[in-house]
This record gives sequence, structure tokens and C-alpha cells, in this order.
Amino acid sequence: MSPTDATGAGPEGPGDVLEPEDRARRGTPLLTVRGLHKTFGDNHVLRGIDLEVRRGSVTALIGPSGSGKTTVLRSLNGLAMPDAGTITAAPSRRQVRRGVPDAESPAGEPLTLDFSRKITKQQRFALRDRSAMVFQQHNLFPHRTVLQNVIEGPVQVQRVPRAEATWRATELLERVGLAEKRDAYPHELSGGQQQRVGIVRALALRPELLLFDEPTSALDPELVGEVLAVMKELADEGWTMVVVTHELQFARAVADEVLFLDGGVVVERGNPERMFREPRRERTRQFLHRLLHPME
Amino acid sequence: MDWELARNAFWPILSGGLTGTIPLTLVSFAIGLVIALFVALLRLSPNVILAWIGTAYVSVIRGTPLLVQLFIVFYGLPNLGVVIDPWPSAIVAFSLNVGGYAAEIVRAAILSVPRGQWEAGYTVGMGTARTLRRIVLPQAARVSVPPLSNTFISLVKDTSLASTILVTEEFRKAQEIAAGNPDQILLLYLEAALIYWIFCTALAAGQSALEKRLDRYVAH
Repeated sequence: MSPTDATGAGPEGPGDVLEPEDRARRGTPLLTVRGLHKTFGDNHVLRGIDLEVRRGSVTALIGPSGSGKTTVLRSLNGLAMPDAGTITAAPSRRQVRRGVPDAESPAGEPLTLDFSRKITKQQRFALRDRSAMVFQQHNLFPHRTVLQNVIEGPVQVQRVPRAEATWRATELLERVGLAEKRDAYPHELSGGQQQRVGIVRALALRPELLLFDEPTSALDPELVGEVLAVMKELADEGWTMVVVTHELQFARAVADEVLFLDGGVVVERGNPERMFREPRRERTRQFLHRLLHPME
Repeated sequence: MDWELARNAFWPILSGGLTGTIPLTLVSFAIGLVIALFVALLRLSPNVILAWIGTAYVSVIRGTPLLVQLFIVFYGLPNLGVVIDPWPSAIVAFSLNVGGYAAEIVRAAILSVPRGQWEAGYTVGMGTARTLRRIVLPQAARVSVPPLSNTFISLVKDTSLASTILVTEEFRKAQEIAAGNPDQILLLYLEAALIYWIFCTALAAGQSALEKRLDRYVAH
């Protein structure tokens, strides 16, 4: 799939994994982020970040360490709390489907978190409810089997009957080639397998948005490919994804939009093909050059 | 050495252990763990006052002798009109004591669970309480088994102090028999010591087995 197809309906393919409400709203804004600021002590990590995530699109955040890209990602599901700025989320799928209002927004209206005011627990949960996250260090639960990891959220939080959650988890594990590992403990898996289980755990929550925080950075080089392949497949199916990554090849192949962050601001944004070929900012050029030619 | 006496005394002393020492230990330890978890959470609380209460509790328990704590509960509280029987007094004092020591163990164990585990819990939609219960505490439990076992084994021996507040446990049984046989005190107390040793050795074996079981999901 070429990036320009991102907002069009794909061919039949395995797209039926997407929920109909998400599919129908393809191309519409899911999250709109305005003017995020965040300070850790003296460190002003975010200095006014704007970002729009459209349904069905893949957004890649790249930049040197300390640029604020992970903090932006974590802000999108309330793991990081910005000091100022807003995040507006379109009405959730559940809301659309059943007319159930979010705790903090009556049905039909978007949810807005204004970080210059106090964010309530309900608001944070309502925002988090839309997404699922895949971590750099997979963060699987070591005391739970693969299957138990995957069904934990659906069964405990979403009250999905255990049999149904198990059936769905098995199906998802099959898709990433790990069905026979369902009763293994995380430490018995390779790094790439652990990360694929991490992705399945996220998918099992039926999120509207998938967040990836450098999902391949902690892996041995020969295991990176299997994880990126799964992510590419998800992108092709039309999942909405925001990915913090150092994998430029992946970003080029999969992302619809790349944001280059440095010093807490978006230095440059645009189509990856264009940006990687002819960056407009000197800072972008330097960064890309160093990533592509580390020995120079 | 009067071996005949030793043989006759064995069962009464052992039964003091089985009906006194062991139930006293089990009940006090169970209640103590609940107190410990509660105090550990106080100490981990972002609320300064709650954290201070937890810290003060641990400081008082660890900074005063267990024997004094026992005497305060059993002989001291009646001055305030609070009269508690020997058994409940012992349970109260030992539970509070275990609570203070184990709180530090539980707190350290909770802190040893990586931050990412909390975050993973949050991102699958769980709140703090549920993440603590389902994700963090099971992992903390594994870390805290060895130090908690030490606390438990110490408690087995510490319950002999309950003999001073009229609880009929193993050591008090030995004392009662010794009172009628003043020339065989050494033998009888060695016998009591031997029975404590057997209890503790069995517990240490149980500890290893438990650690092995809890280690099954950890890479070696």
C-alpha cells in the first residue's frame, strides 16, 4: 500500500479485523494535539507540539534521544501529563456504537483534555481507553502466560467473557505465528516473539489507536524484521498507528507522515519519501545523514 | 540426665508447640502481613501525612523491644480499662510487630517491580488498585519470599516470649515441667530448643520449595 492510499478504503484483504465504526470514519481526525508543553524539573522537553492523527494513518515520530518524541507518544494515552496544551479525541467507537457517553463528554461530542487545567481520572481513562501501547521493553507480565497476558485487559477491564477472549486471543496469536506459544511464559520466548505478543496484547484491547514506543530498539538486529513485518501488516490493514522509531526504512515504507522532533519542537513534518530525499531543514538533514551514515 | 523424664516431657512440650506456638505464629503472621501491606502502601503514598504515619509506625515498632510491646498490651492497657486475655494480647502484639518489620520488606518488593509493569497495567485499562493487585503484588511476592520467610522463622522463636504473659505455648510447657524438676532444667530446656529447631528447619525447607515454585516464570 502506498502512503497516499491511507485514507482510501483498501481492497478486501484482511481489513475485516478493523471495527466497522473505525473503518467508516477512515480519514477523519482521531486525535488533535495542540501546543503541548511539558517540563521535567528544569528540562523543557516539549515546547509546543501540534499533531493530528487521522484514522487509518501511520504517523512516525523520529528524532534524537531527548527530543521529546516518546513524551509526545506517552501524552497520547495519559502516561505522561503535559503542563499545557490540549488533546482532542473524536467520539469513541463505543460512544458511536451504543450512544454511551464518555465520562467527560456527552455523546456525540469530542473529548477534550486541556492540560492547563486539572485533568480528572475519568478524562485520563477516557483518553487511554481509545489506545493501546507497545513498549520498547515489551513489559509483558512475567508471571502470566502468553495467553493470560493477552486476555488480561479484555477479561479484567472490558468484561469480555473468558471463553470469547481466549478464542480471540488465540486467533490473534495465530496471525503473528505464535499460537503454539500461548501457554509459555514470556521469558521462554525470544525478544522478537515477546514483542509480537506485546503487539497482540495491544490488539486484543480492540483499540482505535495503536501506539508504538521504539518497538524494535531493544531487539537483536536479526529479530527486528519479524516485528516490523507484523507492524507493516497492521498498517496495511488500516490500523491507526503512531510509532516512535529509529527505523527509517520502516518509516519510509509504512508511514503516511513523519515528524522530526528536536529540542521539544517539531522541526519538520511531511511525507517520508520527500523528507528523507530532500529535507528542508538543515537540522533534519544532519540527523538523517547521521542515522544513514553512522561512521562518517 | 534423667532420660525417662525427657521422654515423658517430650509430648507435652511438643503439644505446647502444636497447640500454642504454631497457631500463634500463623495467626499473628497472617494479620501482620495485612498490616504490613497497609503500612507499606502508606509509606509509598504521595500524600506526605500518610507517608509520615507509615514511617512513624515502622520506627516505633522497630525501635522498641518486642517484650516491652507485649507487656504494654497485656499489663499496660488494663490501666486504661482495656483488659485483653493472654492469647489475644499476644496476637495483637506479635501482629503489630510483624507488621512493622514486614512493611519494609513489602515496600522494597513493590519498589523492585519495574515501572514498566505499572505502565503496562495502565495501558490495558487497569487503574492503580487493580494494577497493584493483579500485576505488581504477585511479582513483589516473589521478591519478598526470602526476607518474609526470615521474619516468619524469627516469629516462631519470638512467640516464646508469650510465656511471659501467661500464654501456654511450647516454652511455657517446658517451664512448667522444669518447675517440678529443678535439677533437670538444662535437659528440659535443651529439649524445648530441639523442638524449636525442628520446627524452624522444616520451615526453612518449606521456604526453599516455595521459592522454587515462585521462580518458575523467571529466566535463570
